[in-house]
Amino acid sequence: MNLRSLLAVWMGKGLVTATRVAGRGGTTLPGVVARKLAPDLLRHLAAQPKEGVIAVTGTNGKTTTAKMLSSIYEAAGHRVAHNRAGANLITGVTTAFLQAANWGGRVGESAGLMEIDEATMPQACKEIRPRAAVVTNFFRDQLDRYGELEHTVNFVGRGLEHLAKGGLAALNADDPNCARLGERGAIRPLYYGIEDESVGVAELNQTADAKLCIRCGNPYEYGVFYYAHLGKYRCPNCGHERPKPAVYVDRVADVDARGSTIHVVTPKGDFEVRLQIPGLYNVYNALAAAAGAIAMDLPLEAVKAGLELTTSQFGRMEMIRMNERDVFMALVKNPAGFNSVIQTVMQAGARKNIIIAINDLYADGTDVSWLWDVDFEALASHQDEINFVICSGLRAEDMAVRLKYAGLPTAKLSVQKDLASALGEGLRYIQPGDLLYILPTYTAMLQMREIIQKQGFTKKFWEV
Amino acid sequence: MERPRIHIGWLYPEYMNLYGDRGNIIVFEQRSRWHGLDPVVTQIRLGETSDFRQFDLLMMGGGQDREQSLIAEDFMKVKGASLGEAIHDGLAVLAVCGGYQMLGRHFKTYTGEMIRFTGILDLWTEGSQDRLIGNCVIESDLFGETRTLVGFENHSGKTYLGKGLRPLGRVLKGNGNNGVDKLEGVVFKNTIGTYLHGSILPKNPHLADWLIQRALDRRYNGDVKIGTLNDEVEERAHQAIIVRFGQ
Repeated sequence: MNLRSLLAVWMGKGLVTATRVAGRGGTTLPGVVARKLAPDLLRHLAAQPKEGVIAVTGTNGKTTTAKMLSSIYEAAGHRVAHNRAGANLITGVTTAFLQAANWGGRVGESAGLMEIDEATMPQACKEIRPRAAVVTNFFRDQLDRYGELEHTVNFVGRGLEHLAKGGLAALNADDPNCARLGERGAIRPLYYGIEDESVGVAELNQTADAKLCIRCGNPYEYGVFYYAHLGKYRCPNCGHERPKPAVYVDRVADVDARGSTIHVVTPKGDFEVRLQIPGLYNVYNALAAAAGAIAMDLPLEAVKAGLELTTSQFGRMEMIRMNERDVFMALVKNPAGFNSVIQTVMQAGARKNIIIAINDLYADGTDVSWLWDVDFEALASHQDEINFVICSGLRAEDMAVRLKYAGLPTAKLSVQKDLASALGEGLRYIQPGDLLYILPTYTAMLQMREIIQKQGFTKKFWEV
Repeated sequence: MERPRIHIGWLYPEYMNLYGDRGNIIVFEQRSRWHGLDPVVTQIRLGETSDFRQFDLLMMGGGQDREQSLIAEDFMKVKGASLGEAIHDGLAVLAVCGGYQMLGRHFKTYTGEMIRFTGILDLWTEGSQDRLIGNCVIESDLFGETRTLVGFENHSGKTYLGKGLRPLGRVLKGNGNNGVDKLEGVVFKNTIGTYLHGSILPKNPHLADWLIQRALDRRYNGDVKIGTLNDEVEERAHQAIIVRFGQ
């Protein structure tokens, strides 16, 4: 890396820190400045992850699909550079790589995962040269004209032509606009789609985005509609039809408000998985993520585990200032999420003051045995850095038992079921300059927010 | 003095670890340490042959249906016979949910498919469409006096005990084995089968210690006795469940 790029890294990383402290997310400005200093910076940074970079684009489901892919990478043992906050223009992508880089301009992460706005695809792919890409679908904004959808498809197509040599594009076979990208000579498609016709409908009442054959313009005949215009289509005039998907779901079962169970078939084998997020569109997101993972040659076990662990409210965090104390609140709702929160807490330098609030209402999950799958041993092994842990919420006692068995001395443990009292105690005991961590389950988080608001503290300076 | 060794086996850890059953292993290990023992945990995986008599304690957790069908064959062909011998020899076992079902004769699915096990114990399970889910409180005479056990059950299989088999306890709150006869679990020699997750042992330290003591009695012919620990934290969690759900 040359000096100019290095300066750009320093400038960019400095701004990442500064904007965060100043109360802005810091997701684009560092990228803007760094790119001005060193226009080829993204090229340098993106070339570093050993496993390459995967790009996720399309109208709907980009963020969820990327989130699922992130879980899959995690399950496969990779650390990913990922623009989690959803800043998906070229500056946001650059910032994400800047955050991943160290002060010497080295990216330690073994893989890159970038959500990319459709119109940014040509430039982003030229600079990043992704090893694979996932395209979710093309929907038209109600206000848009059809011509703009054409533009959008075209932007994505131009981007896909700049994948690394031999790179695969995971394309939604059920969306004619998406599938046709595979007919461009320079693109190697890996199609995905749904093969369980029992979850579709025969008639579509609403206006669809792609009723007309993309080759000859005649109306398609649909065997089944799955979701809006996504389905099994064929043109009676020229015979253009949905390509056969290589990655597909042939059974969707146990559909309810919290998720569905799908059986996924891939060229590497098949598996059944319970998705923890509801809706057929999330079945599509899961398929898109699975196809992307297959395109990146990730192991099937990791695909299954990653999809299983993805939840809709994964890793929500916020920071609030109260009585000159900083309070960091992070939602915990499953073992994977809790483990990453613990990692985040342990990485911080200061001494740890922690409230863990576990409720067992319906939205939290009534069974708290998942606490035994969380790696609290990682927390207890750094007990010298821990001032106290207050266990709170309806299942405060369960939490205390868990921490005792993780090896935390009971002298550092207390049980205060009432959330407001726990918060009061926590704020009283921490030293100036120290952080108070609050780690609540979903309903405990809502209650805790209300308590904090009632005390007149609402201003968040950072939230993801 | 050298700390007495206690050898803990964990059967199918990758496949049979549903609803935090790993917590039972953590409790076996930690309590053994606190009792002054030297615990060693061995994971027993798919395909590995094993002489179960070498272990002092064995934990079998629950699995999802799909995972369970994967291991059923391995259990029948590779492990079932040796485990049966060890259980009759007095091996201390905690078998939860799916692990409990596998100790029986068979699992008849809702659609009528028969999954046969080795029938170590005279019990069997029938699948149903409804799931028995929720907090569960039972009372058990296992400990020389009647004591409560608390946990969380989540199963669609309904288990029935053959004549001559003793249940672990009577259901005070929840469903237990089948939701009908108000019995929960099974006790055979030093083997406990139960539907209680939670995990079960953390909030029922008396059950953990019962299993540990039985394991030691078999290994050391009664020469090693464990004392009592300060279980204030555990007792408080146990009582919280009884107060909230047990009435």
